[in-house]
Amino acid sequence: MTAVLQLTDVVRVHGEAPHEVQALRGVSFAAYAGELVAVMGPSGSGKSTLLTIAGGLDQPTSGAVTVEGVDLARLGQPERARMRRTSIGYVFQGFNLIPALTAAENVALPRELDGVAPRQARAEARQALEEVGIPHLADRFPDDMSGGQQQRVAIARAVVAERRLILADEPTGALDTETGEEILRLLRARCDAGAAGVLVTHEARHAAWADRVVFLRDGVVVDETGADRAETLTEPAAR
Amino acid sequence: MSVKHALLALLEQEPMYGYQLRAEFEQRTGTTWPLNVGQVYTTLSRLERDGLAQGGGEDTEGHVIYRITDAGRDEVATWFTTPVARTQPPRDELAIKLALAVTVPGVDVATVIQQQRSATMAALQDYTRLKRQATGTARAELAWSLVLDSLVFAAEAEVRWLDHCEARLRRAAAELDVQNSRLTDGTSSVKREFRRSTGETHADRTRR
Ligand SMILES: Nc1ncnc2c1ncn2[C@@H]1O[C@H](COP(=O)(O)OP(=O)(O)OP(=O)(O)O)[C@@H](O)[C@H]1O
Ligand SMILES: [Mg+2]
Repeated sequence: MTAVLQLTDVVRVHGEAPHEVQALRGVSFAAYAGELVAVMGPSGSGKSTLLTIAGGLDQPTSGAVTVEGVDLARLGQPERARMRRTSIGYVFQGFNLIPALTAAENVALPRELDGVAPRQARAEARQALEEVGIPHLADRFPDDMSGGQQQRVAIARAVVAERRLILADEPTGALDTETGEEILRLLRARCDAGAAGVLVTHEARHAAWADRVVFLRDGVVVDETGADRAETLTEPAAR
Repeated sequence: MSVKHALLALLEQEPMYGYQLRAEFEQRTGTTWPLNVGQVYTTLSRLERDGLAQGGGEDTEGHVIYRITDAGRDEVATWFTTPVARTQPPRDELAIKLALAVTVPGVDVATVIQQQRSATMAALQDYTRLKRQATGTARAELAWSLVLDSLVFAAEAEVRWLDHCEARLRRAAAELDVQNSRLTDGTSSVKREFRRSTGETHADRTRR
């Protein structure tokens, strides 16, 4: 099985010496189809940097990133933008919604940019908004929504149409426990249906929905947990 | 844990014999806290001694059926309306272990923390998997799912506390460095140890 996302020895240095910051120092990381991987770590440990590089929004100082076997560094700017729109769903730590567009328009935008007919894009958007539990807010503008509602629009935008790779940076930050859990169920369902997901979170309860949890500290992966234990504990009576 | 009250509450629902009580208890709590049947019968005889339940009458297979008394009903009502006492924190092995790890020289505290975090996280993943399966709306299934939530929140609290310990230890180590400490007592050697084991280099610290 090939990884949907593969990072190999990724280093990312921000700024110039002597003030340079090594946000990532040699991170290798993969996410396979059907898998949800959580990334945890203290503030400043490089989680967002890892995700933006995985999503082709930022380039590594050294090392390689491939998405579905395609080396992002080999792609030109327009091809990379196209890959971002069609294969990758991205939930930003801030929500990055466009204030002048309604919820449904925000969600439909990446599809329309990609040449999908507006009617269909709009239908897909409504479907996605329904999945995140806010179909009634389709025609609202971001400024007229609560933080949690905006967050759900941002999530709908990331899961609209069948994305192969879903990258989410603290997608549950503004949500109450119940809504947060619904979002995790949704991400989980998308991964169970074959997508690969990477979830950055500082909430252990949410990371626990992942198949694997990767711990990042000071730009290095220090530990990893999970995978392949599912069967052993599904029968607690056996203890 | 109050097995006594739990069994009494079950008897309030209907008269039952020992095995039945155990099965009912485990159905509601998902065998999270397994009861052996001996424990059930010991508890039943105490309940009988205290006048809270009464054994008598056998079913066709010869099981002794227990039923709740009026005093027992009062006891159950009081149990449900009284908060669980928090006066005596239960002995927390992890807190004790960490307190010792931080003060006993030569212990790799960062590793102690990370190993525990991984283990707790793995348990949390397991509980979450079980939760994903418990989606029914039947009363007993809901009860089991709420018990799982309790385990989930407790494990989450433990992870948060470990994060907090790590952050505080790192800050303390950094401050110690700023003081350019000449101290060589046990505490500072522990902090040096912590720093070493987190793989921090001198360059890291000066960059901050
Ligand atoms: N554009 C930038 N210029 C300089 N330094 C940066 C830049 N972006 C990030 N950094 C630094 O890189 C390190 C990693 O940042 P990153 O945003 O990846 O952390 P994070 O793990 O996402 O933290 P948080 O949990 O607070 O979101 C930090 O020390 C940060 O200050
Ligand atoms: Mg971040």
